[in-house]
Parts: sequence; structure tokens; C-alpha cells
Amino acid sequence: MAALTRGWPPAAENEPPVAELRGVTRTYPGRPPVRALRAVDLRIERGELVGIVGPSGSGKSTLLNILGTLDVADAGSVRIDGHDVSTLTDRQLSALRAHRIGFVFQQFFLSPGVSARDNVADGLLYTGMPLADRRRRADQTLARVGLADRAHHRPHELSGGQNQRVAVARALVGRPAILLADEPTGALDSESGADVIDLLHELHRCGTTIVVITHDHEIAGMLPRQVHLRDGQIASDNAVATSGTPQ
Amino acid sequence: MIPPSRLRPRDALRVAAAGLTARPLRVVLSALGIAVGIAAMVAVVGISASSREEIDQQLRALGTNLLTVEPGQTLMSGEPAKLPQESVDMVARIGPVTSVSAVGAIDGAFVYRNDRIDEGRTNGLTALAARPDLLDAVSAEVASGRWLDDALTGYPTVVLGATAADRLGISATDATVSAWLGEQWFVVVGILEPAPLAPELDAAALIGWPIAQDLLGYDGAPTRLYERSPESAVDDVRAVLPGTVNPENPEEVTVSRPSDALAAQTATDETLITLLLALGGVALLVGGIGVANTMVIAVLERRSEIGRRRALGATRAHIRIQFLGESVLLAGLGGIGGVVLGGAVTGVFAASRDWPLALPAWALVSAAGATILVGALAGAYPATRAARMSPTAALATM
Repeated sequence: MAALTRGWPPAAENEPPVAELRGVTRTYPGRPPVRALRAVDLRIERGELVGIVGPSGSGKSTLLNILGTLDVADAGSVRIDGHDVSTLTDRQLSALRAHRIGFVFQQFFLSPGVSARDNVADGLLYTGMPLADRRRRADQTLARVGLADRAHHRPHELSGGQNQRVAVARALVGRPAILLADEPTGALDSESGADVIDLLHELHRCGTTIVVITHDHEIAGMLPRQVHLRDGQIASDNAVATSGTPQ
Repeated sequence: MIPPSRLRPRDALRVAAAGLTARPLRVVLSALGIAVGIAAMVAVVGISASSREEIDQQLRALGTNLLTVEPGQTLMSGEPAKLPQESVDMVARIGPVTSVSAVGAIDGAFVYRNDRIDEGRTNGLTALAARPDLLDAVSAEVASGRWLDDALTGYPTVVLGATAADRLGISATDATVSAWLGEQWFVVVGILEPAPLAPELDAAALIGWPIAQDLLGYDGAPTRLYERSPESAVDDVRAVLPGTVNPENPEEVTVSRPSDALAAQTATDETLITLLLALGGVALLVGGIGVANTMVIAVLERRSEIGRRRALGATRAHIRIQFLGESVLLAGLGGIGGVVLGGAVTGVFAASRDWPLALPAWALVSAAGATILVGALAGAYPATRAARMSPTAALATM
């Protein structure tokens, strides 16, 4: 099975893929309408580290939004962590994001004036966990991203790379099934960018499923699986290339 | 199945408060609008309640059981009627009556500072013959000097009402000053405090009954009787008074209850208070519009925050609660400020008039209710807009 060759640790045979897109199309209304995605098939197994690569306008942000259930496909089927997204209500989609999906944004989107620990704890805000527990989990997660000694620093007291690591910790704190990173190095210099990519590799080695959007081919080249998008279609997918036909 | 998204109530409050603390100046300015409206309404209610409390206290101190009897006018000729000389004793014989006294207007007698003042300049002051027991009956007090007790009633001495003393420019009561009354010198021996239940005494010069008859040709007929009885008997006494004082022509007699007139003063303020309350309401409305404006801007400015929260798992309801909570908190801050400000205005005003401070609890409860209502109304539309925003659109505005 193709699934056995992908990622680490290997996914169990009977577990559903983290994400499974079939014939996904997304068109934004307008004159002329923008066809951001055209019949995209994509399957991401547990434990994979996938780069979605492409020039701007190739539809990679739309793809990420659909993977993150922030956007809904016009056609095709989307299953995230085994749930058919088209059948879920807004409340259920929110619950899926709160518990199963972690986001990392290019601009970090941390709350200004709030400590790193509380920014990370906010990753659990909408799970209904009490504040003390959220903070304890935040401290553990900050230690995982190497910022245990920065828990009480606020965003303006941290470097860009550190802030992005705080953002990664916030995405991780809820132990999501999938971590979606949208140009995580886009706002960083190359050195701190490399730091963040190293962190993602390390998390991947520990079993986290990660999807990284990037237009940087150098970064993409270091990722085990690369999906190239062009004009809303998958131009190449090295996982598919090595394992034969998609499922 | 996935457990639902959940925002604990304490966290909702924390999130709403965090939105405010990030922009303190804007919060203060828009809360100020609410504060002015609430302060105006609280002050209007507080000041009118304090003034009513003052009158209530006065009435409690003075009693509401005083009745006055005036002769009225004769039905036939329209001339001022007279009370019989013996009417005071007759009233005293009514069972429940506890005290009775009288004054009598002395025809043609006026009071002047000295004998060189033009006769026309009476200052609106009257000369009254007074019985020694007058002060007890009307709960009046001597401000300085002494009252016309039995020892003085036969001598040319005068006690001035508060207004009379003021108009004549007399303040000394040590028997060194005399006033020109009815073509005679009368030594000023006392000045009265204002008498709220018998305001006619304020503008009067009071002299003893015998001296008025001896020196000024007074006919001895009382022109106003003052009578007190236990509160429960007031109505019964009132019914029999006309027949008692003037058995021949009871219909000519006018009986009145001065405390009613005092209490009626508060009622006449009602329309003014309503108007002022309405003005306060308009100020509150304008404040509410200010809060709505602030919230609309906040929603526009914080689209990326809304997107981020949606990505963290917030439902539409959570976003709505956040902005609604922010709006209610904002208005609530203004409300607290307004109650403090309005209370302070009431306190200063009451202190300046020597009134007791009265702030009714219902006014504070309604102020709290009004701010919550205004905050909820002002925040409803912005919060709904924030909740309806699509997460991708919110995130894409960067």
C-alpha cells in the first residue's frame, strides 16, 4: 500500500487519511469568475510532511483554506480527519477546527500585549478547557518549540522567528490531526526562516502531520513530498509519482 | 464525533474585556457619551428626590395636622368677613383639638423702619396682633431675641417675621431698636425663623393682643385661626370648624391645611422633571449611537482577528458574543461613570441647598438596565456583521 511508504510513524491500515480531496473545484464569483481550483485530487496520510508549492495565483491558499475548512468547495468531496466537510454545519466545522486543525499564518497573528504563554493557550480557547489547564498545556508546548524560557515575553519582545515559533506552538497545543502552515517563513529573514522549517521537520519526525504552503522552491526542496500547483491544478505530486496511481 | 466548540463564560468576558483594554482612549471617549446621558438622568432623579425628601422631613418636623381658619367673604356683600372674638375659645372646646391660636390683622396699621418713611412704602408688610400661644400652634421658632410672652403683650413691643426683619433692615433684638408701627414706636424684642406652615407670618410684624386694642384701636376680631388636633381627627375637626367659629354663617369660613400646599410644591415640579429626564434620554441615545459607531469601526479594523479566531475554532455565535459583550461592557463602563457623576452632582447640589441626599435605588437599577439595553442594541448590528463575516474574507484583508 502506498500509505505505508508515506511519513513517519506509518499510518495504520484502517485509519482514514487526514485529508482526502476528490475532484475539488472552487470558483470565486466575478467577471470573469476566478477558477481557483479545478478538479483537484489530493490525499494526505497521517504523519506526512507535504509542501504545496506554486506561484502566486496558483490556488495554493484556496487549497489550504479548504483543507482547513475555512472555505468550502463548490464541487467535489472533501474529507478532513474522516469527516465529510460538506455535511457539517458551521458549528461542527468550528469544532473540527478547534480540536483537529492547527493554523500557522505568514503574519503570525498573535495578540499584541499578550504573553507567549497566553497566546499559545488561546489555541485551546474554544475547546472550553479551563484557563489553568490551557496555560499548563501552553507551557509544555512552548518547551516543545524551544521557547520555555520565553513564556512571559510579549510578541514585541520576541524576534520574528520566535514569534512564528509561538504561533506554531499555538497551532500545536490542541494536538491537531493536521497542522496547516501558510507561508510560515514569508515574513522572516532566511536564518529565522530556516529555524522555523527545522522546527517543522522536527515535529514531523515526532509524528505530526504538516502541510506547508510556500512559493520558495529551496524550502520546498527539503520537504519529503511536494505538490506543485499551477492554475488551480496539480501539476506534479512526487508522492503520486513514486507510488503509482492515486487512490 | 468531535466535541463541540465551547467558549467558557469567563473566557467570553475575558475576550470582550481584552478588546476594550487594547484601545483605552477610544473606550473612554465612547463611554463618556453614555456617562453623560446616565449622569443627567441620575442627577435629575436624585435632585428631585432630595428636594422631596427635604419637604418630607420638613413636614415630619412641622406636622401635617395644622388647620387654619379664615373668615372668607360674606356671601351678600363680598366684603371680608370677620371671625367672632370668642371663636378661639369655641375651637378650643372641640374635643380632639390640642392647641389653638390666632392672629388678627390690625386695620390701617403698617410698619416702617422709622417715622420719616413715606407712608406708601409699606414693603408689603402687615401688622398682626398675635396670641402668646401662636408659636406652639404653628411650630415657628424664634431666631433671636424673645417671643411676646404674657409679660410683654401689654407693652409696645414687636416681634418681626423673617422677611419683615430683612426688609426693614433690622437684626438687633436687644431692645435698642424700635420700629414705627401704627404711628407708635414699638421696641423690637425678637425675630422669627421662617415659618413654612404659616408663611403669612414671615412678612408680618407681630404685637401683643392687648396693646393692639389699647394703642391701635384694634377690634379684637381674629382674622386667622391656627388649630392642631391628632392626625386621625383632622378630618372630623375640619368638618365641624366652620360651624364652630361662625355658627350664623358657616359658609363664609374658609378652612385650609397648609401642609397640603407645601406637599403640592413637589407635584408642580413633575413636568419639569419629565422634560429633564427626556433630555437625559436623548443624551443617552446619542451616547448609544457613539458606542455603535465605535463597535462598527472595531469590527472593520479587527477582521484579521475575527478570521484568526474562526481558525482557532470560534463559532459564529462566539464571535457575536465577543462583540456584543464588548459593546455591553463599554456601555456598562459609561453607566458606572454616569452613576458616579450623577451621584456627585446630586450630592453637591443637595449640599449647597442643605438638603438631605436621596438617591432612590430604582434610579440606580434603571440606570444599570438602561446601559445594558443601550450596549446590547448598539452592539447588535456590528456583532452580527462580525459573526457573518466569512473566515477567508476576514483573513484575506491583510
